[in-house]
Amino acid sequence: MPSPLPVWRNKAVIVKRIPSKIGGTGAAITALVLLIVALIAGAAIGETAIPFDVVAKTIANRLFNAGFPLEPLDEGIVWSYRLSRAVVAACCGASLALAGAVLQSLLRNPLADPYILGISAGASTGAVAVALLGLGAGLLTMPMGALAGALAAFVLVSLLAMRAGSGSNAIILAGVAGSQMFNAITSFIVTKSATAEQARGIMFWLLGNLSGVRWPDVGLALPVTIVGLLVCLWHVRALDAFAFGNQAAASLGIRVRRVQIILICTAAAMTAAMVSLVGSIGFVGLVIPHAARLIVGVRHGRLLPVTALVGAVFMIIADILSRTIIAGQVLPIGVITALFGAPAFAFILGQKRARP
Amino acid sequence: MKLSAQNLCWSAGSLDIVRDVSFDVAPGEFLGIIGPNGSGKSTLLSMLAGIRKPLSGQVLMGGQPIRSIGSREVARKLAFVEQQAETAERITARQAVELGRTPYLGPLSGWSVEDDAIVDGALENVDMVDKAERHWHHLSGGERQRLHIGRALAQQPQVLLLDEPTNHLDIGHQIDLLDLVRRQDLTVVAALHDLNHAAMFCDRIAIMDHGRLSAIGAPEQVLTSDMISSVFGVDAIVAPDEDGVCHVRFRPNGRKRVISRKDDLT
Repeated sequence: MPSPLPVWRNKAVIVKRIPSKIGGTGAAITALVLLIVALIAGAAIGETAIPFDVVAKTIANRLFNAGFPLEPLDEGIVWSYRLSRAVVAACCGASLALAGAVLQSLLRNPLADPYILGISAGASTGAVAVALLGLGAGLLTMPMGALAGALAAFVLVSLLAMRAGSGSNAIILAGVAGSQMFNAITSFIVTKSATAEQARGIMFWLLGNLSGVRWPDVGLALPVTIVGLLVCLWHVRALDAFAFGNQAAASLGIRVRRVQIILICTAAAMTAAMVSLVGSIGFVGLVIPHAARLIVGVRHGRLLPVTALVGAVFMIIADILSRTIIAGQVLPIGVITALFGAPAFAFILGQKRARP
Repeated sequence: MKLSAQNLCWSAGSLDIVRDVSFDVAPGEFLGIIGPNGSGKSTLLSMLAGIRKPLSGQVLMGGQPIRSIGSREVARKLAFVEQQAETAERITARQAVELGRTPYLGPLSGWSVEDDAIVDGALENVDMVDKAERHWHHLSGGERQRLHIGRALAQQPQVLLLDEPTNHLDIGHQIDLLDLVRRQDLTVVAALHDLNHAAMFCDRIAIMDHGRLSAIGAPEQVLTSDMISSVFGVDAIVAPDEDGVCHVRFRPNGRKRVISRKDDLT
């Protein structure tokens, strides 16, 4: 018969909730400061360098009517061009990185990322179909088209992966196939329906481009990022529970199907919104979550906020580089992220191989 | 807490995996499930855990249908340790055990001192305190399995389900692990491979064959050479050992039944 019970087991659990970690507030303030510094740097650095204090005064003027006397040209560059651009870059980096982190955890695959899984390509196709073919007869906006394309791509890639077998690389290969197919469809639509002028613009946009971004775009990027972050944060415990797979998560009381659907739709929505604004930017979703894991470990309660922050700061820096690395030219930001991301992809692949 | 299976059925396509299985497990009882590969043990366990919905029949936990209880509520009363669950995440031993608190934590409720104490207790119980900060990938199979049990204990369950918990462990660790489970004051249902371990640790044994429950009862009633030869197709001699526990000895060249069967149907 069973031996005496361990004392701790039958103790009634008095569930004491500790308010929030004391360290949490400090970390949040540091994060906010970091983000603001990055945003100001994004607005200050460029072909015409603008001093930090002018940027700060511009923001004060515009937000609080501070009335600092400033050169209207400087103020215009900072407010109308660079700051909106930096904010969208931050949102984009945060959203894509979060989408990557969530996909990596749910699919239990360190190589998962919206770009590699073809979700970005699908979103591009959706956006282009709405913009050029007038799909949805004016009812669908470009972001909605992108969302439809993103979800279609994910469903297709998942089905393909299921048919290809259960190995962890199946979904990556399926993603490659899906990306190629959706990129081909996009090219087909562009070639068939766009004027030469449109085609050039779209091709540049497809590589990831923040040039045309203005304040109205912030109106889409910021809410999507904030809501996306909140939805992901709501599910941090569930994401932790996926560490040992779906069945283990289910036995911990997680409603696996529901969580998967909510989070994958959230990741797709964040990706789609960003693609419809700035085109498909690769590798942010892949690299940033891994960098964040190195900083704070694998627990999603910390990992997700840090992923969002690092993604935002990284993207602002990538945007600065894209504007300054070649004098007088703007490099598509997707090129910068790929230059960082592709070697990181190779590195992670090597690590994965080394660990059975 | 009492656990009952009532007429459980499950099939994959046209293949019946579990056919009309019913039994009760009394509170505090250790029930072992034995049977050849593909006899439906894992599928049966996942239905008992409430993870897999039976095609027909139902599971009752404390007299209530398990599917009418919320999944978080189930996870507070029943813990399930699957076969060899692995992770690619760089988590520590302690973090793996902390996952057991998941059913008690909401999105807005933080980790409490109480949770810490429970995790400490579970780590101590499975004797992994000194390795709590080690990374999962640096632990042996036996240590990982102990942590899975620790995670299950951190759920503070009343029922513990184990699917072949001793697979791939050396003999010392197999005995240690079953002994550890036995020491908990829990209702346990465990799929086991080794008939002698089943005889040693279980109050009752259920034998699964082709998805059917072909016998259930005390080890000395169920483990007979006839039963072993008809279910496993091997010749065996069963005799009580010096402690009165029945002991199964296999004889070579006695394999009678040659039926090709797909190995891992579950």
